[in-house]
Order: sequence, then C-alpha cells, then structure tokens
Amino acid sequence: MKKNDLILIIVILALTAISVVGITVSRKMNKADVAYAVVTIDGNEYGRYPLDEDMVTTIELEDGSYNILEIHDGYAQISEASCRDQICVNHFPVHYSKEMIVCLPNRLIVEIVGGEENDVDGATN
Amino acid sequence: MKTRRIAFLGLLIALAFVLSYVEFLLPLSIGIPGAKIGLANLVVMVALYTIGNKNAFLLSLVRVILVGLTFGNLAMMIYSMAGAMLSFLVMIIAKRTKLFSITGVSVLGGVFHNVGQILVAMFVLDTASLIYYLPFLIVIGTISGIVIGIISGMITARVGRLFDIK
Repeated sequence: MKKNDLILIIVILALTAISVVGITVSRKMNKADVAYAVVTIDGNEYGRYPLDEDMVTTIELEDGSYNILEIHDGYAQISEASCRDQICVNHFPVHYSKEMIVCLPNRLIVEIVGGEENDVDGATN
Repeated sequence: MKTRRIAFLGLLIALAFVLSYVEFLLPLSIGIPGAKIGLANLVVMVALYTIGNKNAFLLSLVRVILVGLTFGNLAMMIYSMAGAMLSFLVMIIAKRTKLFSITGVSVLGGVFHNVGQILVAMFVLDTASLIYYLPFLIVIGTISGIVIGIISGMITARVGRLFDIK
C-alpha cells in the first residue's frame, strides 16, 4: 500500500461522511416545513394554524354564525358549527396535504397546506 | 505465446464465474440492496496486473454476461454491466496515472462499481431517492476494495511470475 492509497481511502470516507451529514441535516430542515390548516372565508385567508400543536379556536363570522376548528394529533376538524346542514362537522378529520373541509353556508374552507401527501389515490366510505 | 494467453484468460473467466457463484450463494445481507463483497473483482484485478488491460476488459465483460444469464435476470445484468464498465474505466485510468498501488486501484474500482450500479438503477427505476443508498455502498465498496486490493496484490506477486505472459 502506498501513501497515496491511504490518502485516497481517507478522502473517500471523509466525502461520504460529509454527504451523510448533509443528507441528515437537509432532511431535518425539511421536517421544519410543517403542515398548516389554512382557513379561508369567502375567498379571503382568515388564518393558518400549524397541525403539530393541539388547539381549539372559534371562527366567528360577521353575521354571527360560527365554526369551531379543532386540531389534535395532527388532524384538523370542525367540531361545531352554526350552519344547518352540519356537513363540515360530519366530515372526517383532515390531515394530508390538499385535503379540505368546506362549510358552504358560512363560505368557509379549511385546507391543509404542506406536509405529507396521502399515498392512497382514492377511497370511498 | 498466444495460446498461453488465451488459456490463462479462460482460466480466469472460469475463476471469476465461480467466485460470482460463491457470492451468489453467500449474499452479504446487511439490509442494503446491491451491497456485495465483489469477490469476482479479485480476478479482474489480477488480470489487470498480469495479462493487460484489453484481456482484463474481455474478462470483465464475459463474466457479467455469463453471471447475468446464469444466476440473474436482465435487469441485474444491466446493473452489474454498468457497474463493471464504469469501475473498469476508472481502474484503468487510476492504473495509468501510476499514483496508486494495486490497493488504491481496487478501492476506486469497488467504489465506482457501486456508483455505476446506483446511477443506472436511478435511471431505470426513475427514483432519485436511491442516491441515499450511495454513501453506505461507497463505504462497503471501500472496505471490500481494500481487502480485494491487498489479496490481489499478493496473488499478482506470485501468479505474475508463474504466468509470465505479458
């Protein structure tokens, strides 16, 4: 074994170690990009709530109607609403990117932005 | 003279074939697909340092085709062909620069065998995330390259005298 061989081996291993560290760091950084539940009322953004902290908030509208948005375990759902059809309340909790809950009477949309995509192409209940 | 060369080449091809079979029987199962000891590279290394670049290239080519047809499938053959060709190219360049001894050449060969395989796998399967395997494969390639390099250095020192056919 020549000296150059040793240098070569060390360089290869060092480059690999650096790239492993780089991959790990960049993966951690990507995790910082968390999912949000974005609430839109009548086309205007009302607020965005991170999915990773549990919370309950009441969204009051000008005409007195309301929706209660609840976030727990990374899932967002409308737990209570003043509207008469209650479709948004009966909707399953949303979690994956692009899923949404719509409350037509209050013109309110809860949409998930960012985070993981649903791997299932489609399902019926 | 020529007959001797052909006979030696045939012998080495048979040896590489058998070593590939041994590796096929004893897979290195550490959870990383594509991780191999690369025993057959031992023969390629010896050939490279005894019977010349052209013959060693022939040996490598014939070995991949034979092993692919016998133990693998077409996909496996494409992967190992890419790995074998890239690693052979790098080994010839490394040998010609005279910067490294047989161990260094073998390490480069082992590393680039894996690089070639992963590149083709990424292209064929259209998945860029396969690149995450590369660091682990490179480490394994380096370790096996060192071992193979030292052994082939020892073999070349002895066989080279026996089969002086350069």
